[in-house]
Amino acid sequence: MSDVIALHFDVDGEDFTRAGEASYGVKRTLKQLGINPEAVRKVAIALFEGEINMVIHADGGVIDIEIDNNQIKMILKDKGPGIPDIEKAMQEGFSTASDDVRSLGFGAGMGLPNMKKYTDSMEIQTELGVGTTVTMVVNL
Amino acid sequence: MSSSFFHSVTLERDKCKGCINCIKRCPTEAIRVRNGKAQILTERCIDCGECIRVCPHHAKQPIYDPLSSIDSFKYKVALPAPALFGQFHNLDDLNIVLKALLSLGFDDVFEVSKAAELVSDATRSFMQKNPRRPVISSACPAVVRLIRVRFPNLLEYLLPLNAPIEVAARMARAEAVKKTGLPPDQIGIVFISPCAAKVTAVKMPLGNEKSEVDCVIAIKEIYPRLLPLMKLAANDPGEMTETGRIGLSWGGSGGEASGTLTEQYLAADGIENVIKVLEDLEDEKFPELEFIELNACTGGCVGGVLTVENPYVAKTRLKNLRKYLPVARNHLGEEIPEEFQWDQEIQYEPVLKIADGVSEAITKMAILDNIDKTLPGLDCGSCGAPSCRALAEDVVRGVAQVDDCIFRLREQMHALVKGLSQLEGSFPAPFRAEQEEEE
Repeated sequence: MSDVIALHFDVDGEDFTRAGEASYGVKRTLKQLGINPEAVRKVAIALFEGEINMVIHADGGVIDIEIDNNQIKMILKDKGPGIPDIEKAMQEGFSTASDDVRSLGFGAGMGLPNMKKYTDSMEIQTELGVGTTVTMVVNL
Repeated sequence: MSSSFFHSVTLERDKCKGCINCIKRCPTEAIRVRNGKAQILTERCIDCGECIRVCPHHAKQPIYDPLSSIDSFKYKVALPAPALFGQFHNLDDLNIVLKALLSLGFDDVFEVSKAAELVSDATRSFMQKNPRRPVISSACPAVVRLIRVRFPNLLEYLLPLNAPIEVAARMARAEAVKKTGLPPDQIGIVFISPCAAKVTAVKMPLGNEKSEVDCVIAIKEIYPRLLPLMKLAANDPGEMTETGRIGLSWGGSGGEASGTLTEQYLAADGIENVIKVLEDLEDEKFPELEFIELNACTGGCVGGVLTVENPYVAKTRLKNLRKYLPVARNHLGEEIPEEFQWDQEIQYEPVLKIADGVSEAITKMAILDNIDKTLPGLDCGSCGAPSCRALAEDVVRGVAQVDDCIFRLREQMHALVKGLSQLEGSFPAPFRAEQEEEE
């Protein structure tokens, strides 16, 4: 059984200034592991988008990262409102973000589409009123 | 990985107390305290000068050439950095400084700001021809070195043009050869520098095989000698300067960026701020930006460790000096000449990785994580590493021991003392009964 590196981050729902902490932390570890720069880039972008989503829509949540020889798995779990229509949410430009959020430069409706674009697989489990879990994988 | 690294910082061993100021401040965690003295992990150092600035004992000193080093050249050309002009009270004419440089022993001057204007032109041409955005400035050598070791994904965004000093050096030498008829190696190209990282950039250039700069002299070293000469020069300063507003502005943060004539730019200064911007760039957070100017020193080049004046004051002075100058006095055609372009690509130097293969690195990282959990998380630096995490890293790299942590050591001593006190109460069988009776 080969080793798995696990990283855990709590995402604060109220604090925009801390969004990106998970992305920074993971990048640092990936560079220390000597992971190829392209994979680091994909993980960084997908994770930051996911982190922002959790802050905007779900009042935060938790991020767990698992790194092994073959892949980087990112599990983003929140107790937010859930996604009513995943198909619609996956459309570029579709956003339910408030005007306040948009005025901060977020909510362009590129979050989920970018997460999908930059990862090798993405799976969304969501239940209205219960929460959403997004699992993304970048292969090495 | 390159094996020979030169750096522009040196340690005066007698002055170093082995305190933790520099190890905590280093942006690449490149310093450890060993044998009571700060030691630089040379492949990690990016020459940003933070340790020089922060050392309360002045044990960390920048390296630069002495003024006497110019004596070996037949014909000496001074290349003053734009930041030099921000160092003087009540200066209202750049010519005074230039004339004083001649009185100091130089045969000619070539303003770096002049080349800077041409580099601004070349940057605009480059941006017209190349759609990749944002373009990241490559003028600050510490920033380029930082990107090289920490941000491989951003290397392709670097502006592949020489910094103004390098362009100035090439132009100045060609000009001097033409003027004097001397062979190129008898001409001394002498940079009057605000920046120690430029010393490294000259000795070990990135983007070029060889630098055309022969000596790098510190602004702070010639400053006291220039002052009286400037007083004399003020009587009849003459007309030598060929600097415009754009060129002079390069001395402070934001100057280079505004020279691109785009509004969509960002200019960050101070190494911590630079790192934050680079992290965000890597996450593609700024899709709308055209140009990114980054300076390791606060305020830009005026904040270099070889300057005299407070960087904010110097920047204000540059602003005042700039007022009556034309926008630009130097222009380049559409084509970017060869001497402006890098002749080498800059390669990623993954100095932060903990093992050669990913699989081995993962195994080591798992051990590292476990060690990290046993450490107190105080990041006190007493072990000589900047943080507990860094100590754990050093342990898996095989260059430190877990017991270098004084808190771990204390725990062990507690355990030892406890064991001893238990031993104290126990007696061999022949004495045990007696003692019990006594009680």
